[in-house]
Amino acid sequence: MAQQPNRLRPFFENISYEREDNELVVNFGPQHPSAHGQLRLMLHLQQEQIVKAHPDIGYLHRGMEKMAENMIYNEFMPTTDRMDYIASSSNNYGFALAVEKLIGLEVPRRAKVIRMMILEINRLMSHLFWLATTALDIGAMTIFLYAFREREYLMDIMEGYCGARLTHAAIRIGGVPLDIQPDFLEQLRTFLGKLPQNIKDYEDLLDENRIWRMRMEGVGYISKEMALSWGCTGPMLRASGVAWDIRKEEPYELYDEVEFRVPWSDKGDNFARYRIYMEEMRESAKILYQCIDMYEKCVRDGETELMAHAPKYISAPKLDIMTQNYSLMQHFVLVTQGMRPPVGEVYVPTESPKGELGYYINSQGGPYPYRLKLRAPSFWHTGILTDLLPGHYIPDVVSIIGTTNIVFGEVDR
Amino acid sequence: MDVAYLIATVVKIVIILLVFSALAGFGTYFERKVLAFMQRRLGPMYVGPYGLLQIAADGIKLFTKEDIIPANVVKPIFKIAPVITAATAFMAAAAIPFMPSFTIGGYEVKPIVSDINVGLLYIFGVMGVGLYGPLLGGMASANKWSIISAARSAAVFISYEVVTGLSILAPVMMVGSLSLIDFNNWQIENGWIVMYQPLAFILFWIAAFAETGRTPFHLVANDHEIIDGFGTEYSGMRWGLFFIGEYANMFFISFVIPLIFLGGFGEGTFVDGLLFFGKMAFFFFFFLWTRAAWPDVRPDQLMWLCWKVLMPLAVINVVITGIVMM
Repeated sequence: MAQQPNRLRPFFENISYEREDNELVVNFGPQHPSAHGQLRLMLHLQQEQIVKAHPDIGYLHRGMEKMAENMIYNEFMPTTDRMDYIASSSNNYGFALAVEKLIGLEVPRRAKVIRMMILEINRLMSHLFWLATTALDIGAMTIFLYAFREREYLMDIMEGYCGARLTHAAIRIGGVPLDIQPDFLEQLRTFLGKLPQNIKDYEDLLDENRIWRMRMEGVGYISKEMALSWGCTGPMLRASGVAWDIRKEEPYELYDEVEFRVPWSDKGDNFARYRIYMEEMRESAKILYQCIDMYEKCVRDGETELMAHAPKYISAPKLDIMTQNYSLMQHFVLVTQGMRPPVGEVYVPTESPKGELGYYINSQGGPYPYRLKLRAPSFWHTGILTDLLPGHYIPDVVSIIGTTNIVFGEVDR
Repeated sequence: MDVAYLIATVVKIVIILLVFSALAGFGTYFERKVLAFMQRRLGPMYVGPYGLLQIAADGIKLFTKEDIIPANVVKPIFKIAPVITAATAFMAAAAIPFMPSFTIGGYEVKPIVSDINVGLLYIFGVMGVGLYGPLLGGMASANKWSIISAARSAAVFISYEVVTGLSILAPVMMVGSLSLIDFNNWQIENGWIVMYQPLAFILFWIAAFAETGRTPFHLVANDHEIIDGFGTEYSGMRWGLFFIGEYANMFFISFVIPLIFLGGFGEGTFVDGLLFFGKMAFFFFFFLWTRAAWPDVRPDQLMWLCWKVLMPLAVINVVITGIVMM
């Protein structure tokens, strides 16, 4: 279905709630158990069938893009955590990468490897969370608890690294603040050793489960054209027959050095999306194994730098700050006034677990961004509900919202 | 009327009420524990040893909670709906023999409130009336999700009563009686009915899930889709009555299935009695097991299953039974 930007959509105030027909208008959310945060859907129902659906957003709006205009660049980093809070490091990373592009920084290799590990751990966390909540929405509550246990291991690993479990703020502009803790690799290896069996457990419970298939197959079909015209990205797009992954198309970090496959499908329904999430978990595990090897090679080669060397923008290492006067002065300026990237604008897309997460930054040379815009994948995936839901039943609404994997921190920002 | 009979009946009624109210409470505890062990967690652990007093805590909470009656509800119907659910669940117990008869002090006790000759018909009739609880509660609640739930409950219960009725018809034809005690005695002589009627057994079992609204067919109050369905606007003990009704129903169905199909309590010896409770426990456990293992189906798929799969099978089963009996 083509997108119709000019089509008039009524304001909700003008909808008459009592009419002489069979239509029932219900509010699905913002307090509905399966509304995934603060989604409000106005559903027009013909018995149980949806005739019309209006997604309504804004219940979690915090004005983050505007907040960014009044913060120095480093100050904004923890705020990005609160967008896609399921995989917060991917937001940190997108922002850091955009600023680095704006400045033209080259990040040390060891930091790149650590960043990749953090990104893939976040992807796994997000996918496990997706599986857990979607299965719970469809009624398979055991999967929910199984997947949460595995996610717990990852959260422990992240807690060991940065001290936080949900809002990591683990990435800095120009690198990473810390080296990984001594037992990080060992913990990660233990986890990766268990993961294939765990994924197999989930698949054993779901793949051949007839009820699961009845609920997923043929439900929420998105054609290729529809996916492209609604701006779908990530698993939503890949399930509709477009094998588009920014890690492959425009590689950032060291993604061009690692081997991985981009799972895709041309089925376009809920089940295809479910399969893609499962396959992506396996691919993430593969990337993580390669990252471990790359990290160990970095250690052998004696690469110890974690932050880029750019005195105008990035503070020197702590040792220099404590011992050298110039580094200290510079650190003082960078902390109190903030870095001043050159005049220019930049849009940098990254492949977050949910799709294309892009940051647009317009810098006028000052310490604050003149304009910062976030292209959040979930926002577009919420929009598609308008065209996707009509014709489905109420239980399908739940499973479709589940497989679109929308997170409202990201939609409303 | 015989005074002893009257006293005995009243005592039986009180015992059934108390035991099954308590069992319904324990049912929630069992459910939490069984689900917890299947899901790699502990379940209730803090209130009392192994969380056993959790039921008491829940009961106190339900009783002391404010009884909220929203502004636009139809008050009398709203108030009476939970009572219908709980009452019909317990009324159905009147025709269920829970144990073989035994003698205390020269007086023979039959652990059945009333062995009426239309026992099965009565049980399913009364359970059918139970439909009015969700239906009226949902319609009186002035909540759109409750309305949807009421519509679903009407569709599900009425459809699956057809399956229940038809699947039970074949065993009834074989036994030639509607009394569960006659069923029991017939099975002592001829062996378990499940051997003659495996299809009827499976159909009845599937329908039991729909009748009690348990997981694969958990539609009427599916909290992921329609919040709490008919229970959305209820609070405190009114909601608790719906809950007791649901769990009591699960227990009664778990009693009825072995009585009809699996030999009941047989000769009535102590071992037979234990075996009977074992069977009952298995069916109850199975309700919880499915909840841990399976997702829910959609209402239209449930209707498809009923009218296009189960009902034709049940009819064919009845026809074949009839032909064989001729």
